[in-house]
Amino acid sequence: MKIGVIFNIKTNPLGRMKLGMIFLDNFDVIVIGAGHAGIEACLAASRMGCKTLLITVNLERIGAMSCNPSIGGIGKGHLVKEIDALGGEMALAIDETGIQFRKLNTKKGPAVRATRAQADRFRYQERMKRILERVPNLYIKQGLVTRLLIKDKKIIGVETKAKEQFGAKTVVIAPGTFLHGLIHIGLEHFPAGRMGDPPSNKLAENLKELGFELGRFKTGTCARLDGRTIDYSKLEIQWGDFPPPLFSFKNKGKRPPLPQVPCFITYTTEKTHKIIKNALDRSPLFTGKIKGRGVRYCPSIEDKVFRFPDKERHQIFIEPEGLDTIEVYPNGISTSLPIDVQWEMIRSIPGLEKAEILRPGYGIEHDYVNPVQIKHSLETKLISGLFFAGQINGTTGYEEAAAQGLIAGINAALYVKEEEPLILDRSQAYIGVLIDDLVTKGTDEPYRMFTSRAEYRLLLREDNADLRLTEIGRKLGLVDDKRWSLYLDKKEKLQKITQFLKETKISPSFINAYLEKIGSTPLKTGIRLYELLRRPEVEIQALVDLIPELKEYSSDILSEVETEIKYSGYIEKQLREVEKFKKLESMKLPEDLNYYEIPGLSNEMREKFSRIRPTSIGQAMRIPGVTPAAISAIQIHLKKHYSSED
Amino acid sequence: MQPKLYTEDTIAAIATPPGKGAIGVIKISGEEAFSILKKIFKPFKPREKFESHKLYYGFIVNPRDSKIIDEVLVVYMKKPKTYTREDVVEIYAHSGYYILKKILELVFFAGARPAQPGEFTLRAYLNGRIDLSQAEAIQELIYAKTETALNLALNNLLGKLSEKINILREKLMEILVQVESAIDFPEEDIEILEPENLSIKIKKEILPIIESFIKNYEEGKIYKEGISLVIAGKPNVGKSSLMNALLKEERAIVTPVPGTTRDFLEEEATIEGLPVKLIDTAGLRETEDIVEKIGVERAKKKFKEADLILFLVDVSKPPSEEDFQIYQEVKNFPHLVLLNKIDIIPNYLEIWKEKLLEWKIENFLEISVKEHINLDKLTKNIFEKITSERATEIPEIVPNLRQKLALEKAKEFLLNALKEIEKPNPLPELIAIEIRGALSSLSEIIGEVTTEDLLSQIFSTFCIGK
Repeated sequence: MKIGVIFNIKTNPLGRMKLGMIFLDNFDVIVIGAGHAGIEACLAASRMGCKTLLITVNLERIGAMSCNPSIGGIGKGHLVKEIDALGGEMALAIDETGIQFRKLNTKKGPAVRATRAQADRFRYQERMKRILERVPNLYIKQGLVTRLLIKDKKIIGVETKAKEQFGAKTVVIAPGTFLHGLIHIGLEHFPAGRMGDPPSNKLAENLKELGFELGRFKTGTCARLDGRTIDYSKLEIQWGDFPPPLFSFKNKGKRPPLPQVPCFITYTTEKTHKIIKNALDRSPLFTGKIKGRGVRYCPSIEDKVFRFPDKERHQIFIEPEGLDTIEVYPNGISTSLPIDVQWEMIRSIPGLEKAEILRPGYGIEHDYVNPVQIKHSLETKLISGLFFAGQINGTTGYEEAAAQGLIAGINAALYVKEEEPLILDRSQAYIGVLIDDLVTKGTDEPYRMFTSRAEYRLLLREDNADLRLTEIGRKLGLVDDKRWSLYLDKKEKLQKITQFLKETKISPSFINAYLEKIGSTPLKTGIRLYELLRRPEVEIQALVDLIPELKEYSSDILSEVETEIKYSGYIEKQLREVEKFKKLESMKLPEDLNYYEIPGLSNEMREKFSRIRPTSIGQAMRIPGVTPAAISAIQIHLKKHYSSED
Repeated sequence: MQPKLYTEDTIAAIATPPGKGAIGVIKISGEEAFSILKKIFKPFKPREKFESHKLYYGFIVNPRDSKIIDEVLVVYMKKPKTYTREDVVEIYAHSGYYILKKILELVFFAGARPAQPGEFTLRAYLNGRIDLSQAEAIQELIYAKTETALNLALNNLLGKLSEKINILREKLMEILVQVESAIDFPEEDIEILEPENLSIKIKKEILPIIESFIKNYEEGKIYKEGISLVIAGKPNVGKSSLMNALLKEERAIVTPVPGTTRDFLEEEATIEGLPVKLIDTAGLRETEDIVEKIGVERAKKKFKEADLILFLVDVSKPPSEEDFQIYQEVKNFPHLVLLNKIDIIPNYLEIWKEKLLEWKIENFLEISVKEHINLDKLTKNIFEKITSERATEIPEIVPNLRQKLALEKAKEFLLNALKEIEKPNPLPELIAIEIRGALSSLSEIIGEVTTEDLLSQIFSTFCIGK
């Protein structure tokens, strides 16, 4: 590693140094924070050839999973595969350190199936640190950034608590829960970015001074238990799938390197609920100590018991934290109740009667920036060259953070290269849905991805993320030759098999025995295979034995083409809708449009539009509360004032 | 060039119909409404300030020569509590084409521009005072020709249709919440409705309502849009007289429809509360003449489009082959057989009756247009014939054509959803697409995008989160 303190006063963009300041090297990109967003951001930027600096408050916690040790899930798995297709790191890391892999929703259609894995979180961190330490162009440094250096509304560098200054063309801030982080356990609270690390208060104040509007969110985590004190005989066991479904397109057909272990399921009891209800007067959540808005998807157990009093029990997944540790994560009982209540509550749960708490659960409040203050590129509207990624934008979840980190890193690099930013739209990727939702609607609660957020759900599948995004990643320089050739091979095979199925006719005498066996109507005349596969009950895998030509294709290729055929009517419909969508997206709104000059808009609408500054009519229509009448008013105004000029 | 719609300028128009009446109203809307008023109105008692929503007495004065034009009442209504949600001024002047025109000219001189047709309502819609179905109801209200049509339009204006559509949307949202939760939260310990239950909900609680609105459109159409009544028969059987009689009978406002073909005469009237378009198919007979032949073909087309045909014969003359030929064309469509000129004595009534038996005609009505015999019975028969195949009661809510098409679209989506639900292995992601389609079709009716937060509903319904 060549990290050196290089005095470079001549190229110092900051002008004359103040007394006592140490000015250090100039960078293309500085990434603040080494969580899931920061990792992807600094890797993307350095891999795109930018001289990149990663500053983190604690080098031991790179890629830490501060909440549950798991990656993926419905919607989230989709994000991980997209990150992978674009050349990101998350999928590779979890494949290497995963200790249980499952496919969810297997009984539903392929578009909503998703992968999830349990991670050995210690190995995951080590693995990420190892990669970061070996990437060319990337410099890593421990430090606490306290101030952004700005000149003429442009970022020029950062300053740390130790008064070091680093020059930079762009800065990506990915601070997670660190901005004004405040941990609550019962009625006790203390400032911290996460358990064991200091918060980042100066930076939060600096952002406020710069004019960013900050809000407050709350999240929380469960107590960690000593696995040796759990009576597993009382719990339901849950194994992963076999063969384990890996995430990365590079690992197709491979097996995970680590041994696979099970999770366990237990439930809260009436007694648990009683203990919680009796302690609500000591809950920071219910006594009003915590002011931030919590995650609806991951409510604390006290919240669940309070809001759904009729529910007799709540499910808890006992998840291993790693292969070499005794720590387990009881997923489902995140709490900020006092420690004595945590003990009592946990011991009222079957199988956990003698459980020992190793680390208490806690709630944490932190600042976020309402994301309507950033653009689709994740660059802030206020300061050019400054990007935000992850929880700072109001999201929750490792995958949501990583997706933003990747895009922020890419766009920081493109900014340095003076190229157009990468903006994925809602029809291309869940990443596009995520970012468009954030910058268009803002968020008043932590934002998590769900498939129901995507309009074109049938098109945005885990299985075709590579087909959707690999070419984009390749153009950016993030897709290596191996990934590229795998992609080209898949594409070619898909074309070949599609052609084969469309051209090959089969006769009734050949296929009717099979059709009768599966209870499908026999054929009267010959039919092309493609048409036959439209029948829901006819499975391509079953045809492999009958049609030897299909044997040369892997099961991935077969199921990919089958998905396209089975969904085909619907896919065509969605593609038509995408066309309409693209048309509305292409109706651009002038950047300098003065909404206060548009007659017929209520003041509320004017404020909304001026704040969000939609880039297109399509985006304007997605702003919550915007009526078709308001859109007509804008269109009429544009027609009058702009169309005559071109 | 496109008409300049909806800009910040102030618009004005005469708001009362042309013709003689005691009062004519001029309406002004926009930022300049009040300053325009001040330029041309001289209050009886000099004053600078006008209170909103109060009537003031005074004179319209030509600012160019200070000449008094008319003695008027005016009202100034400050936004937003106005029809357009803009500043509105109304001038109540003496009615009379010249006076109103003169005042309007002064209003234009003082800074307003002529309003486009429907522009006041358009502004009300754009300013968010009314939704799309209400805006349409206003048009229907204005064009209502009968009391029933008026009531139907009023119901829509009061938002009764929107209200019902919103209930349907809520029900569909409940279903969507179930379907989407099953997709996004497979690992959660939550109870989700089985597909059969979804199908029952759609079939019992949603489809019947949508279908009833579609039916209401068909049934209510005759009250809103009226029926077309074709008078058929050979020349000189009294068709024109019957037409005039039907028009006079109801003392309807007669508005000749311009552009009538030379073959037909069309008039609008009201029969028993139904708006009626009367069509006289003059000169219908089998002919070798090419020009006339085209006319005959057109008449046959009119028969097809007609809600009812009045087939007229003249009993003062014996039945002829021509009568029979025309009847052959008529009999396949809803019709009434009328034996006219029973007042002329002697007549061939008995022979006609025998002939009718032979033609297998059992129902007929003996009338005399000239002597007004049985004309009241005729209008009753027309009404009964028209309404017999429809619901006895006038539906409360009748959608217009655009709304009906959206309802049909919603229905199609729901039928597709049912098809998927009833498969052995239904795919929730496909059901969701159809339900979402149905939802957005319903939203089109009131011209509102679905902004309901699906996720908030999911979270308030289920306890979700590990």
